Amino acid sequence: MVKRSYNQTPIKAQDPEVRSHNFNEVVLGYSLDEGRLEASRCLQCKNHPCMLHCPVMIDIPGFIKKIEDGDMDGARKIIAKYSNLGAICGRVCPQEKQCEMACTLGRSKKFEPVAIGKLERLVSDWDLDNPEPVKVIPHDKGRVAVVGSGPSGLTVAGDLAVKGYEVTVFEALSTPGGVLIYGIPEFRLPKATVKKEIDRIRDLGVKIETDVVIGKTITMSELVDDFDACYVGVGAGAPHFMSIPGTNLMGVYSSSEYLTRINLMHSYKFPTYDTPIEPAKQVVVIGGGNVAMDSARSAMRLGAENVSVIYRRSLEELPARIEEYHHSVEEGIQYHWLTNPVAYLGDENGQLTGVKCIKMELGEPDESGRRRPVPIAGSEFIIPATTAIEAIGQGANRVMLDTYPDLKTNKWGYVDANEETCATSVPGVFAGGDIVTGAATVILAMGAGKIAAKEIDEYITNKTAKKTSHSA
Amino acid sequence: MFKVTAYERLTTNEYQLWIDAPRIAARAKPGQFVIIRMDETGERIPLTICETNPKDGQIRIIFQVIGKSTAELAEFKTGSELLDVVGPLGTPTAIKNYGTVLLVGGGVGIAALYPTVKGLKQAGNRVITVLGAKSKDILILRDECAKYSDELILMTDDGSIGRKGLVTEAMEDVFNREQIDQAWAVGPGIMMRFCTQVATKHDVPVYVSLNPIMIDGTGMCGCCRVTVDNHIRFACVDGPEFLGAGVDWDSFMQRMRQYRVQEKQAFEQYEQLRQVQ
Repeated sequence: MVKRSYNQTPIKAQDPEVRSHNFNEVVLGYSLDEGRLEASRCLQCKNHPCMLHCPVMIDIPGFIKKIEDGDMDGARKIIAKYSNLGAICGRVCPQEKQCEMACTLGRSKKFEPVAIGKLERLVSDWDLDNPEPVKVIPHDKGRVAVVGSGPSGLTVAGDLAVKGYEVTVFEALSTPGGVLIYGIPEFRLPKATVKKEIDRIRDLGVKIETDVVIGKTITMSELVDDFDACYVGVGAGAPHFMSIPGTNLMGVYSSSEYLTRINLMHSYKFPTYDTPIEPAKQVVVIGGGNVAMDSARSAMRLGAENVSVIYRRSLEELPARIEEYHHSVEEGIQYHWLTNPVAYLGDENGQLTGVKCIKMELGEPDESGRRRPVPIAGSEFIIPATTAIEAIGQGANRVMLDTYPDLKTNKWGYVDANEETCATSVPGVFAGGDIVTGAATVILAMGAGKIAAKEIDEYITNKTAKKTSHSA
Repeated sequence: MFKVTAYERLTTNEYQLWIDAPRIAARAKPGQFVIIRMDETGERIPLTICETNPKDGQIRIIFQVIGKSTAELAEFKTGSELLDVVGPLGTPTAIKNYGTVLLVGGGVGIAALYPTVKGLKQAGNRVITVLGAKSKDILILRDECAKYSDELILMTDDGSIGRKGLVTEAMEDVFNREQIDQAWAVGPGIMMRFCTQVATKHDVPVYVSLNPIMIDGTGMCGCCRVTVDNHIRFACVDGPEFLGAGVDWDSFMQRMRQYRVQEKQAFEQYEQLRQVQ
């Protein structure tokens, strides 16, 4: 038997010195040979714990075996059974908290887990480059409206089109993809890849209508009347502000605005693109999630002299993907742990000049089980800053919900939907993804989409059967 | 794509478009706006819906050329197509019968005021309208506002039509003369700020239509945030109309200037390119 390498097969990445000045993808992906080498590390466990820790339960040992055998077509066919967005999930899933965390090889301490995400990416990228001819499916089982074209909406749409439904996706922005387009930057998730994945869903016969704000352009009630079922996947995109003094100073951004300007509007290519962004000089990012990492690394790429992230807990509690944290450190991002902002300071023109912070210490565990940060009296200090970006989380956007009170929401303002069935308080209206769970991950949104597609199929099939029996 | 069905140059610097957008035309109410992006490299700019024709599926937009994007929009003649038109966005004006209302519009803000004038008249109010501009030749929508106003007062900086002076002078006169139940002011920030001062002095509530910088226009980014009654509000979803007395005018007007360097750069580059062509 071949001796297994303790370590994952190294993957090519852009040099930190170079990449911190461009928006091109950092991780370059495995070659087929590297992929086969990495695939050969998989133990092919019978109990496949990795698969149980994937939110859509991809047959991981199955597709990895195909890679090892050099059968890329076989590998893609396996992934396609479970996921519509492999090239995206392979890149952005927090695998260290999912499949790779459960990998038997990785749990043996001496070995690193199999690089499952990077292998999924390899297969899915190969699949996008070597597309199979599209089968024409008749769409005669019913009509479904999908509100929002993020990962959950796209998954519902793709699955239902394959099942024979006529699906229309309504998107408020000019480009479909949700957070994949306006949130996650090019250097982590190339927009060309997202576009290819979305084009493939279009090829299944899914119609995507952009520039339609449900609740404004068309009402939710109209959709309920016009379609056999609806899926609400509008995400949790409304930014929270800490509302500390100075929030309205020039230079203070929500991460949503900062990233939308960069990713959706291409402001890093100003003036070729018309949307401007303030030049990054001294940048402070507030928060510890992936959005904070994305904002900090984007600011660095806009030419910042220095970028620091302030987080009220410590590295141990950092919610961001560990790979992205490491990338950010390599790119020169500095961290202030156990630090919270208390005020933004500005000059007489209203321009931000600094962030006043306070040091924190960890107290008793809170309801999330993490130790609660408590401010240390008298520990205030100032970080000079011309740009501050708040990445402290997002909430439910009320635009659609306020115009459709029939749809019940919970005390946090998210849609009250059954997580097992995605059913809401309105019969025929299903919901999933961040609008139900609050800001979570791409793969969880996709998982909800897969459940919803199955439930919507059952719902319409039953309704049609009832109608038929009534009329008979 | 959204087709421009009619194009007109109204004044030296102001233009009018009718755009084919049936869904927006069917639903838009006074006070609402659209976000327009002209092409793939374009930015998203907010413009108030001046009028709709739901039967033909048309919306009417009036804008002033103030920078690159509006200069480019002025090149979209009849038959050309805009890439994105999103709307109707924002919370509509609270149209109802208040009794006697005073509406004040300045400059291109008159285009945003006009649907409110019309709406309030149709709701049974006695409508007094004050319109202001630098001079006669740039005072837009005079006849249309007159049609829906019980009294129309025109103010110009040079006295070329109506009275010479500022709209606030006309407001003072009206407030001194009679009881006003509700007022509106739509125009440049500085004008709305002074209108608020005058109305507040006379204890008349005044709505202003704020025009901060916007990106998505759907509550997703908070770029358009304004402080009203010490709370952060998003003008794109909570507004654009707010009671003027609660607005933090200093921060609102400062934030309007956030990108002036870049705006100037983009406009100059565009004009240079146009001269070459």
